[in-house]
Amino acid sequence: MSTTQNEHLHAGTPEAKQADFAGVGSTARGAHVDRPAPATHVEAPPAGPTSFAAALNTAMADAMAEDPTVVVFGEDVGKLGGVFRITDGLQERFGKDRCFDTPLAESGIAGMAIGMAMNGLRPVIEMQFDAFAYPSLEQIFSHIAKMHNRTKGKVKLPITIRIPYAGGVGGVEHHCDSSEAYYAHTPGLKVFTPAGVEDAYRLLREAIDSDDPVVVFEPKKMYWSKEQADLGALRAAHGTEAATRTEGSARVLREGSDATLITYGPSVPTALKAAEAAAEDGLSVEVLDLCTIVPLDDAAIEASVAKTGRAIVIAEASGFASVASELVARTQERCFHSLSSPVLRVTGFDIPFPAPKLEHHQIPSVDRILDTLDRLTWED
Amino acid sequence: MTENVSHSTTGEAERTTPGVSEACHRFGITLEDYLLPARGRISMMAPDGSLLPAEEQGTAPGHEYPRPSNERLLEAYKQLVRGRRINDQNAALVRQGRMAVYPSSHGQEACQVTVAMALEQRDWLFPTYRDTVAVIARGVDPNEVMTSFRGEWHQGYDPHEHHTSVEATPLTTQLLHAVGVAHAARLRGEDTVVIALCGDGATSEGDFHEALNFAAVFNLPVIFFVQNNGYAISVPLASQSVAPSLAHKAVGYGMAGERVDGNDTMALLSVLDRAVTLARGGSGPLLIEAETYRMQAHTNADDDTRYRESEEVAAWRAKDPLLRLRAYLVNEGLLTEAEEERIAAQAEETASALRDAMNADITPDPLELFDYVFTEPTPQLREQRAQLADELARDQEAEEA
Repeated sequence: MSTTQNEHLHAGTPEAKQADFAGVGSTARGAHVDRPAPATHVEAPPAGPTSFAAALNTAMADAMAEDPTVVVFGEDVGKLGGVFRITDGLQERFGKDRCFDTPLAESGIAGMAIGMAMNGLRPVIEMQFDAFAYPSLEQIFSHIAKMHNRTKGKVKLPITIRIPYAGGVGGVEHHCDSSEAYYAHTPGLKVFTPAGVEDAYRLLREAIDSDDPVVVFEPKKMYWSKEQADLGALRAAHGTEAATRTEGSARVLREGSDATLITYGPSVPTALKAAEAAAEDGLSVEVLDLCTIVPLDDAAIEASVAKTGRAIVIAEASGFASVASELVARTQERCFHSLSSPVLRVTGFDIPFPAPKLEHHQIPSVDRILDTLDRLTWED
Repeated sequence: MTENVSHSTTGEAERTTPGVSEACHRFGITLEDYLLPARGRISMMAPDGSLLPAEEQGTAPGHEYPRPSNERLLEAYKQLVRGRRINDQNAALVRQGRMAVYPSSHGQEACQVTVAMALEQRDWLFPTYRDTVAVIARGVDPNEVMTSFRGEWHQGYDPHEHHTSVEATPLTTQLLHAVGVAHAARLRGEDTVVIALCGDGATSEGDFHEALNFAAVFNLPVIFFVQNNGYAISVPLASQSVAPSLAHKAVGYGMAGERVDGNDTMALLSVLDRAVTLARGGSGPLLIEAETYRMQAHTNADDDTRYRESEEVAAWRAKDPLLRLRAYLVNEGLLTEAEEERIAAQAEETASALRDAMNADITPDPLELFDYVFTEPTPQLREQRAQLADELARDQEAEEA
């Protein structure tokens, strides 16, 4: 895509089959293409307090600068930069061919991404909100997830689906779902959910690089939270041997010996606070951030639970038939002989996500985690 | 894409694209006359193979079509004979219980072969499960197409090799994939044209709307080709749509629509050739409705006597696309007996290859089930693969004992 568009179009246009249409066939009208020179000299963001949103934005910009086949599209992602501004500046920098708004149709967005991926591009699509992604599920479940399998790997679909998810922002209905289980349950989809600023950069870069389709769940309440981060160093390390792969590797964010909190995404900061509070009561609690739900780091869970003998799974989604259910089941199956207590859960209730004034009852809280820690068997 | 909107000289805002404006200008007709289908459906041959007089061809100003060349019609006939043989051979294999399922396009072969003929190798075709004959006409190995119907694996051919996508089983989803391929081609600077196939029932799906709208808004060279064969399994068209015709739906998206006799190979080739030329030239997408008929049941699991009369089927048998083109070619002295024998022999070779493949009794390797879920199996899939390998090994031991 680095050569001029118009040269290509003219060179590749065949002679019209019928003389009647020779004039029509000789030029490709309507191909409104603006093609700015690739921006190669954009300075790395300064190391220091960096927002989760900036990490995601920089990850996309870096991927687009490095690989001309990366295109970003969705609803309002162009001029506006997305309703959360995660694609801010991408259209200005890379042009309307590489970052553009689509008509308002989620199945269309996912379905068109399939064809684009079949034809050599690497689409990164944004679903505006978790619950607004549902019209795209047929395309995602029946085609994006299965194409590699159906064709025995002859057709790969390197599509990244970004979904802002979960509550904690006072969102109105249909804006706060934790929908990760639907995707994680579907064979053929990878499911990432970063909970830290540097992991947001790493995981989105890895998702875009992946030849498999990846759904990246972005906890929307974290978009504006800042952490110390050095995106320039991450950019420099990306794709080199120095970069450690985050996909499939859970992180121990806090070491402990009495119990393990297994968690991901928006529940990670809550779990860390609970572990800190528990420490004041003399409990040493380990916090494990899964980073990616598919593939899942069973080994990290086993290692932690083998050490602590107790575990609580924390996730904001409703608990019934959820990712949390799967984590509990796997932990019991694999760690039974290390366990001193049943594996418990702190999840959302099995109710539709509540209205803003009630949402705090639904979201796992420090107190609810501490209560659950108390319910673990401590007698022996 | 407001930059695409042009305004008419009368000062009244007329929203369209430069490509559509150019086409209106070329044919000397108004925007409305260009976007709406001609008054009737385009037809060139009567069922007996005789040429229809101009006033009976369903045309309108700007909607006149030249007759395809004799060479092209002969090539179409050859493909029709082969397509019919493939349909009937596969149906026989299903009846014999040697093939799991085969949705036959018997009666729709003219649509099948002309969509393939209208495209260049570098173009793309997006078929459905009933479009096996079209897929084979694109050059895909018949045995590879039949992999799914034999029950070995869900799809058997490499879509990149002949620029022919997998046969879509979920309704209408493939239209959006076609839009994506065309979009990527334009961004890559290629002049690829894409034909996306669907049936009459599929026009009721939401993806039909999204695909047509996306293609129009992004001004992409996609031809949506609807084979209106009268039924979505058992439900007749009247229960799907009360639009004047399915081709009329195009105008709502700002694209041109045309209705064509789907059993008239000559008319199909003409309408498709013009659509491909327009699309490649930048006119944006087009919608073609081909009126045809599904002569057999939906699949072997269906009983079409429950929802349609045998008189209706018989009436359509008289409009058979293969016999019609044959009659024309024979009347015109374009098809000799020797040529016909040669064409039949070639079709028989394909049928024979299909039978041989069925008799080969291929046993798929169960361990392959885990190999293609992702580009690399996850640790969990490796564990599950090991479990199945162990079960198979124990089965083997038990058998040997």
